[in-house]
Amino acid sequence: MSAWKKHEVFEKNSFILLVGILVAVAIGGLVEIAPLFYLKSTIEKTEGMRPYTPLELTGRDIFIREGCYTCHSQMIRPMRDELERYGHFSLAAESMYDHPFQWGSKRTGPDLARVGGKYSDDWHVEHLRDPRSLVPASIMPGYPFLAENRLSARDIQAALSVNTFIGVPYTDGQIENARSDLMGQASPDTDAAYEFEERWPTAKIRDFDGNPAEVTEMDALVAYLQVLGTMVDFSIYDDKANAR
Amino acid sequence: MVVPSLAPCNDFKDWGAIMAQNKAKMVSLEEGGFAIFLVLLAFTCIIVAGKTFDQVMAFHAGIGALFAAVSVFLIFKTYFDDGGEPIPAEIDGKPNYNIGPIKFGAIAAMFWGIAGFTVGLIIASQLAWPALNFDLPWTNFGRLRPLHTSAVIFAFGGNVLLATSMYVVQRTCRVRMPGKILPWFVILGYNAFIVIAGTGYLLGATQSKEYAEPEWYADLWLTIVWVCYLLLFMGTLWKRKEPHIYVANWFYLAFIVTIAMLHIINNLTVPVSIYSTKSYIVWAGVQDAMVQWWYGHNAVGFFLTAGFLAIMYYFIPKRAERPVYSYRLSIVHFWALIFIYIWAGPHHLHYTALPQWASTLGATFSIILWMPSWGGMINGLMTLSGAWDKLRTDPVLRMMVVSVAFYGMSTFEGPLMSLRSVNSLSHYTDWTIGHVHSGALGWVGYISFGALYCLIPWLWNKKGLYSLKLVNWHFWLSTLGIVLYITSMWVSGIMQGLMWRAYDQLGFLEYSFVETVEAMHPFYIIRALGGALFVLGAVIMAYNLWMTVRHGEAEEAEATPAGSLAPAE
Repeated sequence: MSAWKKHEVFEKNSFILLVGILVAVAIGGLVEIAPLFYLKSTIEKTEGMRPYTPLELTGRDIFIREGCYTCHSQMIRPMRDELERYGHFSLAAESMYDHPFQWGSKRTGPDLARVGGKYSDDWHVEHLRDPRSLVPASIMPGYPFLAENRLSARDIQAALSVNTFIGVPYTDGQIENARSDLMGQASPDTDAAYEFEERWPTAKIRDFDGNPAEVTEMDALVAYLQVLGTMVDFSIYDDKANAR
Repeated sequence: MVVPSLAPCNDFKDWGAIMAQNKAKMVSLEEGGFAIFLVLLAFTCIIVAGKTFDQVMAFHAGIGALFAAVSVFLIFKTYFDDGGEPIPAEIDGKPNYNIGPIKFGAIAAMFWGIAGFTVGLIIASQLAWPALNFDLPWTNFGRLRPLHTSAVIFAFGGNVLLATSMYVVQRTCRVRMPGKILPWFVILGYNAFIVIAGTGYLLGATQSKEYAEPEWYADLWLTIVWVCYLLLFMGTLWKRKEPHIYVANWFYLAFIVTIAMLHIINNLTVPVSIYSTKSYIVWAGVQDAMVQWWYGHNAVGFFLTAGFLAIMYYFIPKRAERPVYSYRLSIVHFWALIFIYIWAGPHHLHYTALPQWASTLGATFSIILWMPSWGGMINGLMTLSGAWDKLRTDPVLRMMVVSVAFYGMSTFEGPLMSLRSVNSLSHYTDWTIGHVHSGALGWVGYISFGALYCLIPWLWNKKGLYSLKLVNWHFWLSTLGIVLYITSMWVSGIMQGLMWRAYDQLGFLEYSFVETVEAMHPFYIIRALGGALFVLGAVIMAYNLWMTVRHGEAEEAEATPAGSLAPAE
């Protein structure tokens, strides 16, 4: 009986065909995905990574909502031109609290993995409001509505709880006070800001959108952009020890 | 529901008999089960809509309640209309094929196709003229781009796959597909998913996972619909009258099963609350990237390749009236293709924070994948042996053959771009966009157009298309469009990649980022022009199909094309 004849078992039994297909398509994914969860070298050892503050997390959700990832990557590759243009190549550790990841796949605009601290808050606000007022050849859409949308604190505590449930190490205090912290980070010199500082010693407290009257989506998005790529302390990062 | 008058009168003289029958026929388990499920769904949606503070959730729950309620009404309306009489599986010893849901799928495919191509044209124009974003949330590129990709892949492509698979599996099994409600639930439920997903993007509900953007509740709904689709397909195979399962059905089955696996694992997510559209994916960072591109590349491999290869394996032999070139080649390339494709994902992540072993493994399998891909191409093209002259006279067949040629080209370009050194240049640039569109417009688009051009006259019992001349126009306009699209993206992509890495004599980066953006402007205009030609072609197609249905010459007597295909030996 030839091998071709043996193949008839698949051609004549729909269930066996189904099982055969399942086996064939399961293997590749198992081999490539499963090791990433137990190989210790997958995520580098770094100093400084912390979860996003409530304001930064909200900004990140706005980044996702507006589809910024369709044009901006957050993944610097280790080539000379990228290192000079954007900074140190991105580490896996830098997105370990990112649910989902935002590495992107297209650079219609520049990479944003280390945009934090490169421009002032004012620049970001103006650039998001009307990109061509600062970069005449830019093809980025304007987002003037962000500065008008007041931030809602309704779901932020639940958002932090869910993130904790899926592995982001928020403390109980950070979750309980998420609503207050959301506003506090963008309201310098208030009680909420002082309390925020105790719970989030390494986070920046500023009125990010330049409008002290209210905390807006612009505050959140700028806070997120300003923290991108700034958490890991590269002065003590050991490239060689983490080479894979 | 019509309640008969108690007073006997001539018009209703048969009602007594009908009512007597009605008493005998209970609601079937299928009708009752779907009705109960949909009633529960409608109530859940109403509760969610009432309690949520999230406007998008309220809107979507409202749509869900409306769709579910209308469906329950339709289930009972048909039950009372036909008296619960089961539809015969055979009439005069011939299978009584179920074509209603197929007709719906074919029309939906054409509708979503034009919508999706048009959104593509809009976002292409936005890149050339950014004022077209209008600085509004609902019209900015970031929200419209997922609308475009989902509309063309899942709405257009998905409806083509659903419609053709229901047609092909019935024909090649010589049996009516099972269920009265089930096939309608699959096709209508799938389109309801499209409406929820598409409106969600515009309103800002997105997971940001490329080609898997719909939020948790839409994903959940799609899972239910997809499991029903699998049951429907397997059920038809179980009932089949042919001893062999035809090769097209292997590909359809692989597409259905694998998409289920990919969809569920990639979309594992925890909603913030049942009243919120927002959810957080369980995977994080590097693992999420790997899962995403395992999904993303196999959405290409199984949705846009395996499914459409199934179309190729039925419609090309049928149209060319030639058997499939090599049965053995189809066996080898089927198993090789599905086994190897699943590995190829990590080539999207070269030089990223994904460990190099993974991306290298992905690239290795991508190169191996070239062979089974071309196995399919050769099998499709060589089916034309002895019928090549038909390319001169039949523009529909020509469209499908050119489609296979585009498949061959993109499956050569793909492995090339998966090489580390090539990828370092091509990644993040428009080259990728051009590559995707040579596959999407050339391969998926043309094989779908060819299948619809075949299917519409068959479904509506017409002798042929309204106008082959218009098919010719469609073919040449869209071919020109594709050529403009691909070539402009090659140039802009490679140019931008080279500009990013260019150094001046003093060792500084030669170009700022925005200079590379400026340089792409003319190519974005050419690309938009190519897209406009493609849209124009699709509009001509829709007109042609509409005229075929409305004014085409009816096929006489034995309306259906000859039965199933015998495998080539």
